[in-house]
Amino acid sequence: MPFEIYLNVAAAGVLTGLVYGLMALGLSVIFGVIRVVNFAHGEMMAIAMYIAVTLFAAFKLDPLLMMVPIAVVLFAFGYLLQAHLINPFINRPEHSQFMLLVGIGIIILNTLLMIFGPDAKNVQTSYAFDSYQVGPLIIDATKAYAGGAAILVSAALFAFFRFTLVGQAIRACADNYTGALVVGLNVQQLYALTFGLGSACVGAAGAMIVLFIDVTPPLGPAYTLLAFLIVITGGLGSMPGALVGGVLIGVTEAMAGLLFTPSAKSMFSFALLVIVLLFRPQGLLGTSAR
Amino acid sequence: MTSLVFADIPVRGWVALIVAAVLLLLVPPFANDYVITVLVLIFYFAFTGQAWNIMMGFAGQLSLGHAFYVGLGAYAAAALYVHFGIGPWIGMLAGILISAWCGAVVGFLAFRFGVGGVYFAILTIAFAEFARIGFDHFRWVGGSSGLFLPVAQFKHNDLWSLRGNPTMFYYVMFGLMVAALIVCRALLRSRLGFYWQAIREDEHAARALGINTFRCKMIAVVISSGMTSIAGVVFAFYYNNLFPEQTFHISKSIEIILGPIIGGIGTLIGPIIGAFVLTGLSEGLLDVLATLKITVPGAKQVFYGVCLIIVIILMPNGIWPPLARALGLTERPERKP
Repeated sequence: MPFEIYLNVAAAGVLTGLVYGLMALGLSVIFGVIRVVNFAHGEMMAIAMYIAVTLFAAFKLDPLLMMVPIAVVLFAFGYLLQAHLINPFINRPEHSQFMLLVGIGIIILNTLLMIFGPDAKNVQTSYAFDSYQVGPLIIDATKAYAGGAAILVSAALFAFFRFTLVGQAIRACADNYTGALVVGLNVQQLYALTFGLGSACVGAAGAMIVLFIDVTPPLGPAYTLLAFLIVITGGLGSMPGALVGGVLIGVTEAMAGLLFTPSAKSMFSFALLVIVLLFRPQGLLGTSAR
Repeated sequence: MTSLVFADIPVRGWVALIVAAVLLLLVPPFANDYVITVLVLIFYFAFTGQAWNIMMGFAGQLSLGHAFYVGLGAYAAAALYVHFGIGPWIGMLAGILISAWCGAVVGFLAFRFGVGGVYFAILTIAFAEFARIGFDHFRWVGGSSGLFLPVAQFKHNDLWSLRGNPTMFYYVMFGLMVAALIVCRALLRSRLGFYWQAIREDEHAARALGINTFRCKMIAVVISSGMTSIAGVVFAFYYNNLFPEQTFHISKSIEIILGPIIGGIGTLIGPIIGAFVLTGLSEGLLDVLATLKITVPGAKQVFYGVCLIIVIILMPNGIWPPLARALGLTERPERKP
């Protein structure tokens, strides 16, 4: 095979990986602050994908333009979920939280199945088959736009946590729960906000990914697993780690699909996860998480 | 040993256990095939839940990948039967060995490298998923197109090669469930069991007291994975077909652990109660929805999910602990969850 093919596949993997990374960023932010593992993460992305598909089918609205409204809807969903269901579980043991979120995941998955049926749905944008030539690389337009948008959204989230007062308050909750309570922060509300922001990330990622992946209800659990893979590889709770992990997994899967067989590609990601867990349990960019 | 297992059970407890056992033993002649099938499923989940509970409920190690061990047991025994005509009871030995060995590998890697908590849980998922995709490409056992055991009309039950009607499987699974209960009670009341509980409550304190925590956790994983694979073997010979997509899927792991969590984690009766409640709920919902003429796919699971959430909100410790207190059947002194 000519060398360019590897380069092209790797480039596509990087761009897909950036979108994966944004999705995983949502999971990482939620875990980093609230210390709850969102087992309904992929299911929430499936909601976003279905909203995008429905808007496109009904009004011809481009998913990339609808990214912001979809993120807002998912933000509201995440906020309410945390405020009403998850907040009472914050101090419960892990398996109890796990049950709650698995229950939520089951409900989302099957509600989507009831509404949209089991068939795969997709969007056909006018630029679906466009591509750009950059030197030896040929890059799909959809992936380029999605990857660019993922970088923008992640940058906005970084800026929010770094420069705004609310963002700093949320980081304070993550650093020291008791301390945050002592200085009078409304931790429950900040948690709801955080879950909302994590959900908004996954909403935006869903709107992007629908450009090049068909959506079916069982996609939810599969993407929950993918998000786990990415954040553990990158470092659970580390924001740059999620993006790096996303790109790493994106490239690994793309290369494995090319060199072996596409159906076996996630096996390599799981192997990567096991290796990372053994030699750097806190993840590539994570700080001592335990 | 027997005193270890059977001591300290209140008289009411004995009565309840014996009544329940006799009732269940008398079911098959009076029940139709549907009821038998549902009860076999309940016993299966009670057994696997009990096995999972050894790791999580006793030793505090959260595994979210027990479908891995079910699948290994099922595939080992089924492959030996299909390819070499080796019967399920010998296949079961192979299944237990393979499964326990794999459990030991997972445990060794996790405990030696200090992978704990959420990370350990996700490591177990990773192994199950790895196996799922691996078996999809494992031609010798059928790959993604599945492994099938020869099926014929069974004129008579053959316990030695586990070929027979659901009633035979009913008694086999019932026996396994009872055996698991006895084994788990013995384990829980042994020295090892107390070490496990110490580790579950506070691992650092346990180590400070001189408990070899690594060794104890390893034993928990090995027993739990070996036991789980037994259910896998019976499962394979009961359903006669195996697909990696189904056998190793994460939803199978979740099915196994919902029972003990709903029933009461770390208790002995909890996994059994949980299996009855969840499988009963699932089948009951099917009937209710059928009478209401709601046939949309997914409707049942939505109600199921809602029920799960309601139970976990209202009963944080599961159904059994409050129930046992109400009936005066507490199996051991009160303790914090």
